[in-house]
Amino acid sequence: MGVVSLKPDYEQHIEIRDRLENFHGNQIVYLHWEEHLSFCAAICFPLPPDMPFGAMVENVLKPHYAAHPDFEKVDWAAVKWTVDNTEITPDMETSLADNGVGHKSLIRFWTPGLHGYKSVGTC
Amino acid sequence: MVQIASITFQNTDEARPIIEAVKADNPGLRVMDMPGAVKLDRDDSIVIRRESVEERIGRDWDPQELHLVLVSMAGNVDEDDDTFTLSWSHA
Amino acid sequence: MAAKKLGLKQRYALMTRGLDWETTYQPMDEVFPFDKFEGIKITDWSKWEDPFRLTMDNYWKFQAEKERKLYAVLDSFAQNNGQMGVSDAKYVNAIKLFLTGVSPLEYQAHRGFAHAGRHLRGVGPRVAAQMQSLDELRHVQTQVHTISQYNKYFDGFAEFRHMHDRVWYLSVPKSFFDDARSAGPFEYMVAIGFAFEYVLTNLLFVPFMSGAAYNGDMATVTFGFSAQSDESRHMTLGIEVIKFLLEQHPDNLPIVQKWVDKWFWRGHRVLGLVAMMMDYMLPKKVMSWKEAWEIYFTEAGGALFQDLERYGLRVPKYADVATAEAEHMSHQNWSIFYQYTHAAGFHTWLPSDEEMDWLSEKYPNTFDKYYRPRYEMWREMEKDGKRFYNNALPQLCTTCQIPMGYTEPGDPTTIAFRSSEYKGDRYHFCSDGCKDIFDNEPEKFSQSWLPVHQIFQGNCGGATVPDVLAWYNMNVGADNMDQAGSPDQKIWDAWKTKQEKVAG
Repeated sequence: MGVVSLKPDYEQHIEIRDRLENFHGNQIVYLHWEEHLSFCAAICFPLPPDMPFGAMVENVLKPHYAAHPDFEKVDWAAVKWTVDNTEITPDMETSLADNGVGHKSLIRFWTPGLHGYKSVGTC
Repeated sequence: MVQIASITFQNTDEARPIIEAVKADNPGLRVMDMPGAVKLDRDDSIVIRRESVEERIGRDWDPQELHLVLVSMAGNVDEDDDTFTLSWSHA
Repeated sequence: MAAKKLGLKQRYALMTRGLDWETTYQPMDEVFPFDKFEGIKITDWSKWEDPFRLTMDNYWKFQAEKERKLYAVLDSFAQNNGQMGVSDAKYVNAIKLFLTGVSPLEYQAHRGFAHAGRHLRGVGPRVAAQMQSLDELRHVQTQVHTISQYNKYFDGFAEFRHMHDRVWYLSVPKSFFDDARSAGPFEYMVAIGFAFEYVLTNLLFVPFMSGAAYNGDMATVTFGFSAQSDESRHMTLGIEVIKFLLEQHPDNLPIVQKWVDKWFWRGHRVLGLVAMMMDYMLPKKVMSWKEAWEIYFTEAGGALFQDLERYGLRVPKYADVATAEAEHMSHQNWSIFYQYTHAAGFHTWLPSDEEMDWLSEKYPNTFDKYYRPRYEMWREMEKDGKRFYNNALPQLCTTCQIPMGYTEPGDPTTIAFRSSEYKGDRYHFCSDGCKDIFDNEPEKFSQSWLPVHQIFQGNCGGATVPDVLAWYNMNVGADNMDQAGSPDQKIWDAWKTKQEKVAG
């Protein structure tokens, strides 16, 4: 046990607050559009693990990034994806779980040719 | 690297004679004026002498009265009835 | 013959030593149950040296004098409508963030030092911790008096106590102190006494209070400098803790080093809020965050850690990363608050051309290249009637609880993502510093109450943003959103119009 505690059985009494079962059937998923840091951080959603990857892209990802001036220029077929730092080619028809997206997974995506406002990579 | 001893006072009527005493007693002192405060820096050490302050204010002065106008400091403190010293050297 | 007056050192020894006793009804270890489990070895408590030889009688005398002055000024500020004399209405937002984010920490510090003072068995540190506990209580009281004055005229102050326990960004300072107070008494003393008070507090108080002076805020200057006059004593207590622990036993060094590393990084992250206040929220600016970092960490911290080398203590891990981040932190934090202005208890705005030029001058390596374009883009969007909001909730760092908006060391275009696994779950961090802290104590940090996840668990009033803001007791449309168009701005403009009419 890493923590130094008054009671030797401290570990038996902890309450891990973000366990999957606390999210009412959803799992936490983080999305991040690379080189478009006007969105200051990855964004976080509670999503059903059986949601199709394509439905996540259409109904969750796109509406939340639509405010960016680059958004309408995105070539969705060319997008590069990683899930928890592993490159994937998502199957849009199958579920998040089938695409390797688990509880508190991080999905990062790159849009080739688009580097944000004035192409500086921070906007 | 030179270690800088430093003391910052409020810029008030009460602190100004102390600041003047520090300036007089510490050759090579550097003064940084900020709104509301004055930071005094010197290589290695800074000393505040009771007598020098008393000369300027015309009354008895207890070095612990510093507590009323201090803002911050850097250096190891040594305090007695006559002086208050900040220093990085180890005797 | 009259007795010769005792010297300061003798007086101090008489007034602080020999006040304690060995207990007989109960074993000492049961009376002081908390000062051994952390692994710190103390062989001789009497070796504790308090460099400020302040005795209790003098303590009361000086503190009473400080209080008399302070309340006279606060009273005068209220009587003379000092709130109308600040440099600009925007300034008030910096004070909102300070009074809602930092003032409750003064109370936490009061509780923490009371606890440490009770549980350390040496009389020297107990007297010092008791004084500091009283100081911290005094600080929060003076700050609440200041809140009460501003609260009569401006939004965002009214629910400061309620908000501290609930609002997403206030969980950053709150969890920082919860972490310290739930540690043992020695870790608490190193965390707050040394890492926060000695190494970092100057960055919090000195330039910011000087900023208050420059912006005409007499109330804040007064509570700030009055608090700061206690701070030098707190700093010497902090450094004395380190020296005492390292002199007592060589086995203490690795424990102390780990705490110094942890609490330096935790403090650095919390102070990011101050970085943003200095660079963006003060209408008249005193110095940049980067300049303050150079003076108070690079220069003052450098001298300090050089001094502590003789004990084998080294500069905190990732101090170099923190120094490099001084180029970016204020810009990245202000960006976070700008896009989440709908969920913040103070107002935001885009920097003016003049302010951007100041930022370019102060940050020649980074501002024009990485951050000016972002503000220009947002300005264009505002002009087109499309003011940029982030309508999703951000990923938070499990350790510092700040939205994960910090970038890779050396690459400002890529967010730094770090993660660890513990008992089958993934945890995310904004930096190597925050990841190390988790990895050392996963049992503790896997319990983090992360505001975003709590909202999704249904623990924060409901599933929509309005539900959550209602649960925060946020007065929507008054406390939050842009400065332009706010009720604060309206009342300010009305005052200024009246003053101009009177001036003819």
